[in-house]
Amino acid sequence: MDYALIWAALIAIAVFAYVALDGFDLGIAILFPAFPEEKHRDVMMNAVAPVWDGNETWLVLGGGGLLAVFPLAYSVLLPALYMPVIVMLLGLIFRGVAFEYRFKTRRAKFVWDVSFIVGSWAAAMSQGIMLGAILQGISVTGRQYSGGWFDWLTPFTIFCGLAVVVGYVLLGASWLIMKTHGEIQQRSYRYARIAAVILVLAIAAVSIYLPVVDETIAKRWFTFPASALFWSLPTLLAIVAVGLLRSLRKSQQGRPYLWSLGLFFIAFLGFSVSIFPYLVPHAITIWDAAAPENSLKFLLVGAAFLIPIIFAYTGYTYWVFRGKIDESSGYHD
Amino acid sequence: MLDSFDALSLARFQFAFTVAFHIIFPAFSIGLASFLAVTEALYLKTRNPVYQKMWRYWVKIFAVVFGMGVVSGLVMSYQFGTNWSVFSDKAGPVIGPLMGYEVLTAFFLEAGFLGVMLFGMNKVGERLHFFATIMVAIGTAISAFWILSVNSWMQTPAGWALNSDGQFIAKDWFAVIFNPSFPYRLMHMVVAAYLTTAMMIGAVGAWHLLRDSSSAVARKMFSMAMWMALIVAPIQAFIGDMHGLNTLEHQPAKVAAMEGHFKTEPGAPLYLFGWPNMETAEVDYSIAIPNGASLILTHSLDGEFAGLDQFPREQWPNVPLVFWSFRIMVAMGLLMILLGVISAWKRWRGRLYQSRFLHRFALLMAPSGFIAVISGWVVTEAGRQPWTIYGLLKTHESASPIAAEGVAGSLLAFIVVYFFVFGAGVFYIIRKMRQHPDDVHVPDYAVHKGIASEFLMNEE
Repeated sequence: MDYALIWAALIAIAVFAYVALDGFDLGIAILFPAFPEEKHRDVMMNAVAPVWDGNETWLVLGGGGLLAVFPLAYSVLLPALYMPVIVMLLGLIFRGVAFEYRFKTRRAKFVWDVSFIVGSWAAAMSQGIMLGAILQGISVTGRQYSGGWFDWLTPFTIFCGLAVVVGYVLLGASWLIMKTHGEIQQRSYRYARIAAVILVLAIAAVSIYLPVVDETIAKRWFTFPASALFWSLPTLLAIVAVGLLRSLRKSQQGRPYLWSLGLFFIAFLGFSVSIFPYLVPHAITIWDAAAPENSLKFLLVGAAFLIPIIFAYTGYTYWVFRGKIDESSGYHD
Repeated sequence: MLDSFDALSLARFQFAFTVAFHIIFPAFSIGLASFLAVTEALYLKTRNPVYQKMWRYWVKIFAVVFGMGVVSGLVMSYQFGTNWSVFSDKAGPVIGPLMGYEVLTAFFLEAGFLGVMLFGMNKVGERLHFFATIMVAIGTAISAFWILSVNSWMQTPAGWALNSDGQFIAKDWFAVIFNPSFPYRLMHMVVAAYLTTAMMIGAVGAWHLLRDSSSAVARKMFSMAMWMALIVAPIQAFIGDMHGLNTLEHQPAKVAAMEGHFKTEPGAPLYLFGWPNMETAEVDYSIAIPNGASLILTHSLDGEFAGLDQFPREQWPNVPLVFWSFRIMVAMGLLMILLGVISAWKRWRGRLYQSRFLHRFALLMAPSGFIAVISGWVVTEAGRQPWTIYGLLKTHESASPIAAEGVAGSLLAFIVVYFFVFGAGVFYIIRKMRQHPDDVHVPDYAVHKGIASEFLMNEE
């Protein structure tokens, strides 16, 4: 069995789970400036307060998992992305503590609002930049990163950063559509619509830009079997985009979030196919980076057994906190 | 510009700073989670409202502490890669899966049930809620299990081999996980977490007793904490002794540094005070008990154990640092034992809730657990130098190829952010602790069920 490939798929699932779940937490925070009223902000925060911690854990799994099963990729990528990683971690600190601190003070509430907004912005932007930096390639010599200090900073990576911010806004707005009603929900429909349009355009732009500047990606996209997928992706993207916009126009409650996830899934698929079989494009493949087989097997035994259990009780938590949140359902004193 | 040695020092300082900040929170939350589980169990069994108030009082503090632990812990899981990439590449195949198991068995469990524990009382009912509290407590313990296994493997590596890429691989996972120092380190740390929490709970109880000695909730928490001090602090001394003997067997240079033991000779003295001088290889200004160290470490007055002269000079750890951190840790432990003994005496005399001396002493002991935990970690981590994986991989061969300017920038950012963010957290916790514990608002769950949360209004 190709354990490295199985693990690549599992890490991809962890990353996607992170994006799908923490994406709406971050998106809601990014939307905070559009909702200046304190009562709205309380509701928005409570729409994610019981679950954000579990959502962030997928990021820990992504990092820990990469160290365990692809140590070479971990030890090349993190120094290469040093600054965006540190900014993301600091951003997530500001975001995370705001959940508790914000309800512990009246005088300084605005400080933790700012901390929540800026922290989430920084985290989302850094994640997008890292995505872009991986796509544009990373210099490697031997078993180490050999590029410069600011290799990750290009117009392309900034574009990717902004695209992820917009994407998270879409997830956040559609989560609010599902979890709230009244004014917050009404405004969220509007923000979701704007974000959806921008995100679709951004995905299209990246999909056109990448094969133009990167021959390997172009070759992959235009040779079978990836080409089959490639030509079906624009169609899929169009279908999902239309589905999302229609769902928003019809004021559906839960569907917009699912359609938004569909949009992310397509982008994620495009990303995976573009870099496959590399973990660090043009330098380190899945098999180069893989830990020795007994490490892969040892963790896989547990993962195969535990990940379904994790999905089960995470699902249970979401079920406990199902339904709409309103101003009377504050979780804090 | 800074040279490469400085990049290494900065990276080490950054790791030490972020991990020392981080350990404060888990040390507190491991103990608090168990305390909350016990308190909730006692409430469900006795229906005594004192337990319910105590639970609600401490769960708010737990929420803040846990949150700070999560966000400072996330930093650790990425810092292996950002700053210690060579180490990560080489050791990842062995320690990575253990950390992977920590995420899968502990972090998800804690995070998954934390929401129900904090916010779910009116949604799931008492039994399921109690279950959630237990799951969170178990999660914190499992987390300690894995991360201490990782740390212990780096101290006393076992069950490994090298592959052709120069990576460590596991030959025997059981030997890797249950490496020689792991059982001792795990026990020592978990008990330390319990004592740290007991000292905090005892101090808060004592403070409220100083203001109002009739407070039922303050009495209960103070009494529980003093039982812990009486029973668990001596047990910790015993575990610590076993851990020390284990270290003598596997990392003799560390023990030599802890004791300021430069020359191998029978009947080594136990230095109570002094300044180990690494130039002259002597302990300056020393006050010592003759033959004391030999007695403790070999259980014989004229026993002999390796001094630092048995090791090449470049393999010595920073002796004064290890020597003094060890003494601070032991002093804290002895003070905890003393507190336990005095409390037992007062309890026997029926003055547990009236003795202002005892309450002041307990109040002063509030940070003792944190001080002991951090100095204990300095002993074990600084005492391991110059190795990251003891005897196998040197620290200076482990770091990332990051320029000093970059590490200096991130270090500065961490220092500023940590003091601001966690300073605010400590401020909110202390303000919370000022609330009279008898005044805790306990909502009527039945009335609120399904409509609104019980946590609605009572802050400030």
